[in-house]
Amino acid sequence: MYDALRFLGSGDSCLVVEFADSIDMEANLRLQNLRRELSARNIRGVREYVPTYRSLSVYFDPMAVSRARLEEAIGAALGSFGADVRGDRRVLAMPVAYGGEFGPDMENVSRHTGLPEEEIIRRHTGRDCYCYMLGFTPGFSYLGGMDEALETPRLENPRVLIPAGSVGIAGRQTGAYSIDSPGGWQLIGRTPLKLFDPSDEMNPTLISPGDWIRFVSVSPEEYRSIASEAASGRYVPVRAVEEAGSDVVHG
Amino acid sequence: MSFTVEKPGVMTIVQDLGRWGHQSRGVTVSGPMDQFSLRTGNVLLGNDQNDAALEITLFGLEIVLNVEQCVVLAGADLNMRINGAPAPAWTVHRVPRGSRIAMGGMSGDGCRSYLCFSGGVGVPLVMGSRSTYTKASLGGCEGRALKSGDVVPLNEPRPLWRRCAGFACPPELRPTRVPSEMISAMDGPQADAFTQAGMETFYGATFTVSNDIDRMGYRLDGPEIERCKSPDIVSDGIAHGAVQVPGHGRPIVMMSDRQTTGGYTKIAVVSTWSVARLAQRMPGGEVRFRRVTEDEAVSRLAEFERNLETLDDMRASYRSRAHWRFEGEVI
Repeated sequence: MYDALRFLGSGDSCLVVEFADSIDMEANLRLQNLRRELSARNIRGVREYVPTYRSLSVYFDPMAVSRARLEEAIGAALGSFGADVRGDRRVLAMPVAYGGEFGPDMENVSRHTGLPEEEIIRRHTGRDCYCYMLGFTPGFSYLGGMDEALETPRLENPRVLIPAGSVGIAGRQTGAYSIDSPGGWQLIGRTPLKLFDPSDEMNPTLISPGDWIRFVSVSPEEYRSIASEAASGRYVPVRAVEEAGSDVVHG
Repeated sequence: MSFTVEKPGVMTIVQDLGRWGHQSRGVTVSGPMDQFSLRTGNVLLGNDQNDAALEITLFGLEIVLNVEQCVVLAGADLNMRINGAPAPAWTVHRVPRGSRIAMGGMSGDGCRSYLCFSGGVGVPLVMGSRSTYTKASLGGCEGRALKSGDVVPLNEPRPLWRRCAGFACPPELRPTRVPSEMISAMDGPQADAFTQAGMETFYGATFTVSNDIDRMGYRLDGPEIERCKSPDIVSDGIAHGAVQVPGHGRPIVMMSDRQTTGGYTKIAVVSTWSVARLAQRMPGGEVRFRRVTEDEAVSRLAEFERNLETLDDMRASYRSRAHWRFEGEVI
């Protein structure tokens, strides 16, 4: 993380506030805090804030606010909250049916890592993963914190169509495909939860930047029952707020 | 109130000014490739600037109106015909129910145009917008391009809509008037990943639009841009008009359906005005970049806003003088 953040111009309608040039959780927590603070201030002319791993993009209408005025407002917001970035954790439980028809690449991952399927599941569900950002497609989350022993490179030949909900591994990353899309991640399971729902305008994605994801192994029967509840809008995802500093490592 | 699609053309989709407010959830803004043409078309009709229209690419669209309407084609001149007769672009046409509106083809000033209707296209709002984003099947007509047989809803026309009939945009207020203008750009957030020579190539060379273009991005052919740092960065936001330069050294300008985030270095960002100008170019078209300051880019936008206000005033006075043409008719 930089000692002092950098303002980078990105055209006539976007200003990038850069906190780091690497994946850095502290920088990410800080920029999530800045985003909350700025949103609460309702700065005139701002269209939206987009947090990424290490920066906050501020999209604005240059007819309504100047870049100089924005930098000033951001500077003022930064001074208004302390350096403590550890807030409570918002944890979302994500049920996953692992292996078999749900995870066609489980064998690949097992071969590459030298771990049996049960051990892969134990490790994948054993650590909470932090959502740094959403991007790529609607609702796709970039998660960090997967057990290093599960690292597996992407497929050599990406699939043309991966069903929504598929949970995969790509190098050190893990995550779930939010909509049907092409992709090259090694698929180890699938969640029955609806990750992207455009009819819910306030919260179209299940996961928000800054959430912690706790993968929970479910049987194929549980998968199907949750899937049918989720499809009819009756399933309420399990969420919890846990105290700061409780670095829970399960298993 | 609706129209029926007889022939969908190469690609025709519904667009308003975009789905703002959801990029943090990975949902791109979409919106028109040439927002200035769409907004001008809406102002000609007395519409809200954000009213949805049909974005027509290249040629071939043919529709039949199931209701009387006022329409205008704004953007590239696609040789529109109404019931077989030539109907000039940038002019409001009053069209009886049952009329057939057809696009002939390009005439040299661009490849995208907006067919605007009084009151706008009435497809449902999805996450606050009617814009079509085909990759995620969002908005528009079931999230896809129009196809034959579609019956597309239209909104209630705006008050006094018939009185706009015959009103035309003066040539000097048309955003497409200089098809070959230089493309303004500002140094991007990773301009320091390129050598001095690389920057000179970008701002000095002539590029051509490749065959690989869509609503997501425009790949350009031309000399390789020299770099001094890795082409990959830890992903961050991609602004409209951002110019990514991946490992192959050739620029890709990110357009309306761009991904919200990405991991390639961005040498420059095209000005909001010029992104729309670039969007009118076809494969093989020339592109030359001109380095501008943010202030210069913003003042071009301000000029457009002033032009649009002028046009809005002209339309209002045209409409108020138009009552004699509709004597005895209830409007």
